[in-house]
Amino acid sequence: MFVVTTLSMVMFSLGSNTVPYEILSGMLWIVIFFSAMSGLSRTFVTEEERGTSLTLRLLTKAANVYIGKLIYNTVLITSLSVFIALLYQLVIDDFQIQTQSIFWMTILLGSIGLAAASTILAAIIAKANTKGTLFPVLAFPILLPLLLECIKTTVLAVEGAFFVEAIKDFQILISFIIVMIAASLMVFEFVWND
Amino acid sequence: MNPLIKIFISLVITAVIILGISIPTVHGAQGFFQFPFIPGLEEKARNIFFHVPMAWTSVLAFFMALYYGIQYLRTKNQDYDLRSVSSAGLGLMFCILATVTGSIWAKFNWGSFWNWDPRETSIFILLLIYGAYFVLRSAVEDDEKRATLSSVYSIMAGVTVPFFIFVMPRIMSGLHPGSLGDEQGKGPVLELKMSPNMLAIFFVSLIGFTMLYYWMYSLRIRTARVEKQLQTIE
Repeated sequence: MFVVTTLSMVMFSLGSNTVPYEILSGMLWIVIFFSAMSGLSRTFVTEEERGTSLTLRLLTKAANVYIGKLIYNTVLITSLSVFIALLYQLVIDDFQIQTQSIFWMTILLGSIGLAAASTILAAIIAKANTKGTLFPVLAFPILLPLLLECIKTTVLAVEGAFFVEAIKDFQILISFIIVMIAASLMVFEFVWND
Repeated sequence: MNPLIKIFISLVITAVIILGISIPTVHGAQGFFQFPFIPGLEEKARNIFFHVPMAWTSVLAFFMALYYGIQYLRTKNQDYDLRSVSSAGLGLMFCILATVTGSIWAKFNWGSFWNWDPRETSIFILLLIYGAYFVLRSAVEDDEKRATLSSVYSIMAGVTVPFFIFVMPRIMSGLHPGSLGDEQGKGPVLELKMSPNMLAIFFVSLIGFTMLYYWMYSLRIRTARVEKQLQTIE
């Protein structure tokens, strides 16, 4: 529902104007970012509210909980962004992808990166007092390198660049994901068992 | 802290300010009391004695905050959290100073106060991160919880910072020295190409600012400890 709302907002604001594809690529990631934020911030809050986190803490190790949440978030965000990407291409005529492989690789890596960084932040949020508003504030600076890279490769995909040209950017995305997951695994225990 | 060290720090900073501002730039400089004339930079080159040490000090302070954050997670000693937050606060202050001096420099060298050069983007993110860090701290009531959560956040932020400081400015073209395509500014951060007397003042300034940071840090940590004790008494 959130996706439909934002997409229709984008369409209304565009009207019948033609907009350069750089801006359209940026807007696609704005839509994905905020849809992801609204869904991901609830990851651990629901556990705390329903009181199930205590049981989880008793039953299993912190790393298992983290990996489970990470996989769930990744699946959630990937399906969400694929849905957004398809819808976006359908409803916005000016946004034509020339190199499909770069585009879908970006969507995939971008979603994994979003999930990787947000899982640990969602765990932090669940312990803080003001839950809703804090999440985007904390997430934005950490996710910005990811978003900038994603926008860059999306522009490449629209321009019709070859897959080889985007490999350097994908390497940065992959290293970002690895660094995020490794650091989260190390510190998650402290947040979880607190 | 030893009063002699305090006097020494004051002297060093004063010397840097006086020398950095008063030495004239001339064509074909000779001797210690003349700066060479650099085309494009001219008188504006003096800013390097203030802008770069400020940026350096803020990065140092953030690393100290990160280090004490990790120490806190390892030992759960509240004192490390006090150290961490004192250092982070100073880092933010020096970061704002570096942004302001850099922005003024940008106005007169590049034409506008803010150009979204990769280096400007990265310092903007650094400000955002530590802004968010203090927002997070204010959102948690419990002392122990606040210390843990903010340490974890500063670690997560700390691992993304290298992408900004070392990766992005180098692969993107920009105006700041050290960007892609800048032949003179290659190196780990920046290769220093200054005349010997400028280099001397620059390093003295670097030492002065680092010591100033240490002085302010020790002041802050001591007041923080006293405040903490007052709270427990009440």
